Amino acid sequence: MEIEEERVTLTASQKKAQRSRSIAIGLALAALVVIFYIATIAKFGPSLLDRAM
Amino acid sequence: MSLVEKNLIEDAGLHLSEATAADYFALLKPRVMSLVVFTAFVGLVAAPVATNPFIAMIAVLAIAVGAGASGALNMWYDADIDALMSRTAKRPIPMGRIRPEEALTFGLILAVLSVMTLGVLVNWLAGALLAFTIFFYVVVYTMWLKRRTPQNIVIGGAAGAIPPVIGWAAATGSVSLESVILFLIIFLWTPPHFWALALFKADEYGRAGVPMMPNVAGLASTRRQIFGYALIILPVGVLPAVVGSASVGYGAVAFALGAAFVWYAWRVLKMPEGDRAMRPAKALFAYSLLYLFAIFTAYLADVVVQRMLALPGVA
Repeated sequence: MEIEEERVTLTASQKKAQRSRSIAIGLALAALVVIFYIATIAKFGPSLLDRAM
Repeated sequence: MSLVEKNLIEDAGLHLSEATAADYFALLKPRVMSLVVFTAFVGLVAAPVATNPFIAMIAVLAIAVGAGASGALNMWYDADIDALMSRTAKRPIPMGRIRPEEALTFGLILAVLSVMTLGVLVNWLAGALLAFTIFFYVVVYTMWLKRRTPQNIVIGGAAGAIPPVIGWAAATGSVSLESVILFLIIFLWTPPHFWALALFKADEYGRAGVPMMPNVAGLASTRRQIFGYALIILPVGVLPAVVGSASVGYGAVAFALGAAFVWYAWRVLKMPEGDRAMRPAKALFAYSLLYLFAIFTAYLADVVVQRMLALPGVA
C-alpha cells in the first residue's frame, strides 16, 4: 500500500514572515562576526600577529 | 513526508509563525531602548578615559541589546495584563503574532549574548552591571514588585537608571560619584514620570490589577508625591556642577530645566478634583521626557565643550 505524501505548505504571509526573519537572523549573525573580528584587532592591535613561531 | 514524520510534527504541535522581524524588534521596546542607548552613551563619553571608538560602539550596542532583552522578557511575563490596557494591547504577544515561549527564548538568548559580548569585548564590571540590570528589571520589577506594591516603579526605576553607570564602567572599569549622580537623576525622575501617566491611565491600570499609586493611594496623594519628587529632582539635576564634574553653565541649564519640572508638577498638584481631561498630568508626562533628554544633552555638551577648551592652543 502506498502512503500518500503530505507536506506542510506555507501560506503567502507565512512565507513572507519566514523570509523576513531569515534575513534578520542572517544580518544579525553577520554583524556579530564583524563585531568580534574588528574588536579582536581593536583590543590586541598589531601584536595579535606578533607571536613566536 | 512519511506518516511517522507527520505524526511527530503534529504531536509537537507544529506552529507556523507569521511573525516578522519587525514583530521581534517591537519586543525589544525600541522607545525605551533609545533612552537607554542615549543615557549609556552620555555615561561613556563623559568618563574621563579615552575609549577606542569601536569598543565604545560595541559597548553601547551590547547595552541596547541587553535593554531589549529585558523588554522581551517583560512582555513574555506581562502578556496577560498587556492585553487589558490600550497602551500595550497592540504588542506582539497579546496580538497573537508571537507566542509567549518564543518571546521567552528570544529574550533569554539576547540577554546572555549581550552580557557575554560586553564582558568579553569591553570589561566584566560593565558586563556584570548589565546582567544585574536585566535581572533587576525582569525578576525584581516585573515578576515581584509590579503587581504587588505601588512602590513598583520607585524601586524598579533603578533598572532604567543604571545605563549611564554601565556606560561609565565600560570606559573606566569602575563606578564613581559622577556616574552615581547620573543614576540618581534618572532614578528620581522615574516616579513622577510614570505617576503622571498613571494619573490619566488610572482606569486601565485598575482594570489590569496593577497597583499604581493613583489606584492605591488616590489621586490627591499621588499629586503630592509627584510634587515632592519634583522638588528633589531640581537640586539633584544641579549636583554635577556642585561636585565639579560639570560647569556652572550646565548648572544654570539644569536649574532652569528643574524649575520648569517643579512648575509642571505644581500645575498637577493644583489640578481640580473633577478634571477628567487631566491636561496638567499629560503636560507633565510630555515635559518629563523632554527634561531627561535635555538634561543629559546639556551634560554631554558641557563635557565636550570643557574638553575642547582644555586642548592646548584653545582659549
